[in-house]
Amino acid sequence: MIPELGHFALILAALVALLLGTLPLLGAHRNRLAWVAVARPAASALALLVTFSFACLTQAFVANDFSVVYVAQHSNSLLPIQYRVAGVWGGHEGSLLLWMLMLTWWAFAVALLSRQLPEVMVARVLGTLGLVAFGFLLFILMTSSPFERLLPGAAEGRDLNPLLQDPGLVIHPPLLYMGYVGFSVAFAFAIAALLSGQLDAAWARWSRPWTMAAWCFLTLGIAMGSWWAYYELGWGGWWFWDPVENASFMPWLAGTALIHSLAVTEKRGSFKNWTVLLAISAFSLSLLGTFLVRSGVLTSVHAFATDPRRGVFILIFLVAVIGSSLALFAWRAPKVGLGGRFALVSRESLLLTNNVLLVVACATVLLGTLYPLLIDALGAGKISVGPPYFNAVFVPLMTPILFLMGVAPFARWKEASVPEIARAVRWALLPAVVVAIALPLIYGAWSALTALGLLLAAWIVATALLNFAERVRHTRAGRSFLAAALSQPRHFFGMHLAHIGIAVFVVGVTMVSSFQEEKDVKMAPGESVDVAGYHFTFKGVRAVDGPNYAAARGEFDLAVDGRFVRTMHPEKRNYHSSAMPMTEAAIDAGVLRDVYVSLGEPIDRARPEGEWAVRVYYKPFVDWIWGGCVLMALGGLVAMLDRRYRIRSRAAATVATPAGSQQA
Amino acid sequence: MNRYYWILGAFAALVALLAVGLGLNPRDVPSPLVGKPAPAFNLTVLATPDKTLGPKDLQGKVWLLNVWASWCVSCRAEHPILVDFSKKSDVPLIGLNYKEVRGDGGFDMSKMSAEEEKKFAFQRANAWLAQHGDPYKLTVMDLDGRVGIDYGVYGVPETYVIDKAGIIRMKHTGPVTPDILGQKIMPLLAELNK
Repeated sequence: MIPELGHFALILAALVALLLGTLPLLGAHRNRLAWVAVARPAASALALLVTFSFACLTQAFVANDFSVVYVAQHSNSLLPIQYRVAGVWGGHEGSLLLWMLMLTWWAFAVALLSRQLPEVMVARVLGTLGLVAFGFLLFILMTSSPFERLLPGAAEGRDLNPLLQDPGLVIHPPLLYMGYVGFSVAFAFAIAALLSGQLDAAWARWSRPWTMAAWCFLTLGIAMGSWWAYYELGWGGWWFWDPVENASFMPWLAGTALIHSLAVTEKRGSFKNWTVLLAISAFSLSLLGTFLVRSGVLTSVHAFATDPRRGVFILIFLVAVIGSSLALFAWRAPKVGLGGRFALVSRESLLLTNNVLLVVACATVLLGTLYPLLIDALGAGKISVGPPYFNAVFVPLMTPILFLMGVAPFARWKEASVPEIARAVRWALLPAVVVAIALPLIYGAWSALTALGLLLAAWIVATALLNFAERVRHTRAGRSFLAAALSQPRHFFGMHLAHIGIAVFVVGVTMVSSFQEEKDVKMAPGESVDVAGYHFTFKGVRAVDGPNYAAARGEFDLAVDGRFVRTMHPEKRNYHSSAMPMTEAAIDAGVLRDVYVSLGEPIDRARPEGEWAVRVYYKPFVDWIWGGCVLMALGGLVAMLDRRYRIRSRAAATVATPAGSQQA
Repeated sequence: MNRYYWILGAFAALVALLAVGLGLNPRDVPSPLVGKPAPAFNLTVLATPDKTLGPKDLQGKVWLLNVWASWCVSCRAEHPILVDFSKKSDVPLIGLNYKEVRGDGGFDMSKMSAEEEKKFAFQRANAWLAQHGDPYKLTVMDLDGRVGIDYGVYGVPETYVIDKAGIIRMKHTGPVTPDILGQKIMPLLAELNK
């Protein structure tokens, strides 16, 4: 009964979404205040219905209702409760419902937190979100309902994919989807602005915190996925340029460009068309990512059950959403003014360069991802594009971005002078060069690429500190340095925090790719191996039983300089439900290095007490990769909470509300 | 016409590419074995464990080799189509049961002797065919998957069309659908049997 209620709520939700997607938009167009007023309650109702539907599916999982096909496919009565809940988004149908849930929550948040915006604007934004929601609900109801019954019900479920039975994967999809779906708000703001023809600083200011929020979630989501791949897949890598990873990275690049371009539009009124196009692109790339993952067009490690019917539906949806918004853009863009003029060297031009580089980076990822498909479509064979391509194009593109990241905060708006900037940043060069020369030598081998990475990272940190100090000095006005420092606006803190996050990330990537060591060895109990000064002694393997798996647990003693550090327990798990054995690496994490052991296979299957294939890694600074991402997201969060988004918008509200009601 | 329409053009090109992509199967890797003689084997027959069968026993006939296992979920999806095919066509359909016990993953092979594995595999395979119907003229048992390696099996189910001279003429990876059977396999069989 409960699954049927969930299904019914979803049908109702589709009707409400249709209402939300039509009446307020028409009302805004025709100045009907009553129609406009439908937007907020409809958005709330939509969120309520989808939440109820999601709760129904969760209940089916928790209660082991194997008469629901989706539950029978993705759960099992032996599955621990937390994974039964996470199983809700363990497959295609449920993860779409999660997508939907988040979309409606974002819309609800807009409805709740937009009291200061003109009603007509809110109606257009929520209406656009309603149309997107309607499309997705149709998709779920027509091709991917998670509530379909299996009659008579199965006695036992097939179990959740063991790869997904991990805390990292419990939170990775929700974070990632929050990011993907969050760009729909920036998208809806852009569409609303195009519809109204009011592409102005106010629109940019309203969009900024929402865009920033989505970007923070996406950053954390991607980092979480990367971290999971690192500790769970057992081969020690953190990024594979897999099509699905690329699908999440492309909106991130476009979103990063959007955040910077929104800043220019808000402060100087320039780049309006460009900003709108980026807002459309960021969300379009999220949709494209969904298409690539769900349609089975590309092969990937994230193989969802694919179904050509779904592919056709998403493609039609893609054409409707992206096609119509690009058409609207092409129609409206020529009428949009150019905004403030700026000189060849200025904050604007530097941010424009940043934007161009990020968009080019995004385009190269898109090209690399779609190239195998293009070659296949032309009948020219099967190829795959891998890390060599991406690494080769990424380093030259990122180098200027990282360099300019240090310079741009010193440049004035409108017109800046090169000598002035050079004078301001010259002291940053010294620590950067010292780090670039010294650190690789400490680690034993100097190479140009390693030095370049460290140079840029140190450069970013040094310039950020200089810029901060300079700003504090200029705004001190007799106060103590500390008091002046603490009174700096949050968006300024946020910017530098995020940039330092990038620097930390770059250090991690550079160090781990330059100085990691790994050994693949055959070990019998009692034998030991040395990697980068760490001494591993294999004590043996014993059988351990988990709730729904049987594992072989290895025991290793880790020692440095003859001193015992700790015991490590990597596992090889055989889940009862799956043919694929899972690797649980044992990691001794540290600020400056991780050491990592994973178990391969026993050399002789009949003698698990004998020799085993073992992989041992030494990974310097690897945790800085994810630490950097956390700092970036934190920077975004701080910037988003900047006071002026609230104060100015409150001021704007007193002006805008009467203007809004006149229009309506 | 304004200068922003190129964006729409670029998007249209992308959509065209994706639409073409939907019709392609990225897993459909061309088999290097197509056009080559079917690798020889000599495996125990499921119904008569004292007898063996190999490609040379089928020389002079056009036949199909279908790789299956009772643990393979997609095999269950294609099975009714094969059962239907076997009723309508007299082309011999030979089953190659692939790693019946080892492929399952649920068993600790170190605790199972070769004899036990064999007995268990036959029992499981027979039970599965009894439950779902037996479309195969004969099924041979590839317990350790060695024949599978010769044939380049990388996903069960797989289906091979082999001609009178013992040459592999087509390989299909993944479940056989009515479309693939009707539009690709049947015309090929008719042509080869001419």
